[in-house]
Amino acid sequence: MITVMNVSKRFGRVAAVDDISFEIQPGQALALWGSNGAGKTTLIRCLLGVLRFDGSIHVNDANVRKRGKLARSHIGYVPQELSFHEDTRVAGALSFFAGLRRSDLRRCTQLLDQVGLGGQDRKRLRDLSGGMKQRLALAVAMLSDPPVIVLDEPTSNLDSEGRSEVVRALKVLKDEGKTILFASHRADEVMALAARVLVLDAGRLKRDTTPAEMWSGADQVRTMRLCLADASEAAAAQILRDAGHAVNLNGRGLCVNVAQDQKASPFRDLARAQIVVRDFELLEDYPQPEQGS
Amino acid sequence: MSAIATKPAEILRSPSFAQATLAFARRELRDALVSRWFLLYTIGFAFLAVATSFMSLAGSGSLGFAGFGRTAAGLLNLVMLVVPLMAMTAGATSVAGERERGTLIYLLAQPISPRELLLGKFLGLAVALSASVCIGFGLSAAVLAWRAGGTGVASFLMLVALTCVLATVMLSVGLLISVCTRKAGVAIGVAVFTWLGFVFLSDLGLMAGTIVFKLRVQELFTLAMINPLQAFKMSVVTQLNASLDVLGPAGAYASRQFGAALPWMLLGVLLAWGAVCLSLAAVIISRRSPA
Repeated sequence: MITVMNVSKRFGRVAAVDDISFEIQPGQALALWGSNGAGKTTLIRCLLGVLRFDGSIHVNDANVRKRGKLARSHIGYVPQELSFHEDTRVAGALSFFAGLRRSDLRRCTQLLDQVGLGGQDRKRLRDLSGGMKQRLALAVAMLSDPPVIVLDEPTSNLDSEGRSEVVRALKVLKDEGKTILFASHRADEVMALAARVLVLDAGRLKRDTTPAEMWSGADQVRTMRLCLADASEAAAAQILRDAGHAVNLNGRGLCVNVAQDQKASPFRDLARAQIVVRDFELLEDYPQPEQGS
Repeated sequence: MSAIATKPAEILRSPSFAQATLAFARRELRDALVSRWFLLYTIGFAFLAVATSFMSLAGSGSLGFAGFGRTAAGLLNLVMLVVPLMAMTAGATSVAGERERGTLIYLLAQPISPRELLLGKFLGLAVALSASVCIGFGLSAAVLAWRAGGTGVASFLMLVALTCVLATVMLSVGLLISVCTRKAGVAIGVAVFTWLGFVFLSDLGLMAGTIVFKLRVQELFTLAMINPLQAFKMSVVTQLNASLDVLGPAGAYASRQFGAALPWMLLGVLLAWGAVCLSLAAVIISRRSPA
């Protein structure tokens, strides 16, 4: 369904994506895992053809560089946060995108009901909560019923309820056989949705693995968000990685995955390096991956 | 949230060039028509046109409203000041604003091309600007017809038509600025500076160049033609059936040299400006990162 061959993208001297290759089979759900600056968003933007890149990407046999429009018609894209004119009403936004995706206007109403936004069509986008906006973005992505859904950290700005709603919706899409590619920094989401995980670091593909391999004893894994002094975050992330933890550093803190009975170990490792943890938060669990997923 | 039903498998089609362009044009027009700048410019135009008509007779020692022809001539300089500023700022904020808000990436992630987006925005804004100009002039025309009679309507209509062309050309310049900048504030700054260049600096430059380099009249005319506002001014003066001698030796030279072909040449210069700027903008938006 998706073939990525030797894709590189440089911004000046910095290689944001460095010679990455992988394939995704139809119906497969794949997660991109990595810290801020690992190259997840850049790779997604290359896949959508909105950034120029070296190498080749095919979506459903459409070459993204040569036939970008066709390739994008096979993809429904959900950004980190829906960015569209805030004064627009929900119905207006959906009908505009329906025009771009050559979708039936009746499907707009149907989709709004299905994502739980029925009756909200007169609301302006600025009056929607983060979760509602993401569900609207999901409805936009589904307008033309594309076979591929690409999501860039779709839950990172949401509260726990909003996250659960989006993850549930994605599980439904996955069960329907959609090919899903998503970036995430949450182990629980990856375990709930993905069959494969690509671990990116500094633009390079470090591992092509499964959630079960990545977090052995996955049913016992919890995600903790640590609050540190900004200056020590990068060093702390490296120390925790060296100690064998799966770590994700983003704008909202440092997330580390730990075994249920080893939650104190990151604190120990950081204390040894004299890095002070100011606060921490244990993030909620999601349903564990089903057998064979 | 219930299951998202999928429709039966069918070939996914992306919109045609015309469909995507018109979708953006409609959206841009709708947004512009409810915006404050549209209302402000429209009212401003009507006020200026009526005020200019009223002032036109004051110089001859009497009070009252001048006719359409005289008002059109009086409005020329005001149009040259206001319309380029209005069109260039509207164009400049267009793509740069989308880029700054982060909406450009989301739009370009849809099955459309950057050129369709640009052309759609251009068409939508061009119609909105022309509507603003026409409504503004229309309101003043109603007052003029009531108070001053209908003499010189053709000149007035020609001014309106050429003003719409000028607005469209300056919109292209604004869009070119917009695709080259990342922030709407910077785009507006560059647009205002470019407007100053067109309106004031090029005139001053020509005068200084004529004195310092002792430019010949044909060189002066060629240099004046580089500025679309000068081409617009000559076009309007030609259409008002006035002698180009009022524009000095360059005008007299153009009149002698090109004769009946001059109006078409001037229109060609204006349209070439629009076409070149829009084409450049299309190339740049296709090559530039939308982030």
